[in-house]
Amino acid sequence: MTIPAEQLTQEMVSAEIEQIHAEHGEWARAGGRPLPVHPPRDFLPYRSTALRHPTHELVRADPEEIELASPAFGHTDVAAEESDLTIQHTGEPLGERIIVTGRVLDGDGRPVRNQLVEIWQANASGRYVHKRDQHPAPLDPNFTGVGRIITGDDGGYSLTTIKPGAYPWKNHRNAWRPAHIHFSFFGSAFTQRLITQMYFPGDPLFGLDPIYQSIVDPAARERLVARYDHDVSRPEWAIGYRWDVVLTGPKSTWMEPEDADHA
Amino acid sequence: MPESPESEFLQTPSQTVGPFFGYALPFAGGESVAAPWHPAAIRLHGTVFDGAGQPIPDAIVEIWHPDADGRVISELGSLARDGHTVTGFGRTPVDRRGNYDFSTIKPGATRADAAPYVLVTIFARGLTHHLFTRAYFGDEVDRNASDAFLDGVDPSRRPTLIATFDAPHSYRFDIRLQGDDETVFLDFDAESHD
Repeated sequence: MTIPAEQLTQEMVSAEIEQIHAEHGEWARAGGRPLPVHPPRDFLPYRSTALRHPTHELVRADPEEIELASPAFGHTDVAAEESDLTIQHTGEPLGERIIVTGRVLDGDGRPVRNQLVEIWQANASGRYVHKRDQHPAPLDPNFTGVGRIITGDDGGYSLTTIKPGAYPWKNHRNAWRPAHIHFSFFGSAFTQRLITQMYFPGDPLFGLDPIYQSIVDPAARERLVARYDHDVSRPEWAIGYRWDVVLTGPKSTWMEPEDADHA
Repeated sequence: MPESPESEFLQTPSQTVGPFFGYALPFAGGESVAAPWHPAAIRLHGTVFDGAGQPIPDAIVEIWHPDADGRVISELGSLARDGHTVTGFGRTPVDRRGNYDFSTIKPGATRADAAPYVLVTIFARGLTHHLFTRAYFGDEVDRNASDAFLDGVDPSRRPTLIATFDAPHSYRFDIRLQGDDETVFLDFDAESHD
């Protein structure tokens, strides 16, 4: 029954995606319910989900005080230069220099202040430094692809990096991931913890990618796509993208001490 | 907080952590929330399994818990560890055999009528959205028995939430993403869908 990945074609995977999206659409229309924002954990087109999704329904839990708080991060945890991925080595990395900036907000639009944002990505050729990445594209001795920043009082973050390349993976034959940057966020409550991926506008691989398409709500998918912002671009230097992030869910009533950040 | 479709601030969706986080998310001392020589140090360890019962070699586990008196900790230094301060947050990738191994302290309960636990978060390739669970302590028999949340969990599945006392100062908490003894995973957001 299980088709080996090398025999699984894009057409077969795309048909699976279309069918699952249609089923979710019907489920939402029939029940007058919104489509789920987060991807279902059981998503056949992304083959690795098969043995890694729970089959029981999640058990509802009222968050306790610890879950309504997040670890305190500050500038003592992250050096300022960690937000610029292009200055971590002696030379300039190859590729298109970009600035990615935005704000991390809660569901009421309030800034998520003094929280940790972490990113990792492939280089301009679509190659990760990770030792398990076997894609025969060149490593760049001047690019590692890891960055961190602490959000400001307005929830803002700004990262300077290189636009990552698309890369192949072995989910099915001729499978390619659209260019993306992995992002990790902490909210004001641990229940708002989020790891996700940011994409670039107009990528022709969007429709084909089982990971991007694992989000069944088209409007939610679009929220992962940064927009080009000419006001962020800097003359003679870098192309600018803006991407805002919203972390909803149960909120903290526990107030961070005023002096929590001893930077 | 209900989220209406008209709301301007809509949740950003999750995507898998993927396979290549190993050079980015782990950090020095991430597994050492309290140094092993801390007088109150405990070991919290286990294996992450998939639905075929095979260990998962590419998951990453985070823990978050209050101090020994049940108070939320607001100390900086989770990423830049000083070797002494217990911040309550830990992160470690599993090894090739799916094992994770934290050194920390045993937290207190945040409420007088609740049992103490460690919040555990699991990320992995093939997991489109992280999973939350709680590791309660096997030697807290009385407190576990009177905990309202544990009481509400199907008794046949309740043991999956209990870290077993496997050696002095050591607790074992295996995580099964799927299968017969599938771990109870938690939904804290259910309210927002009502």
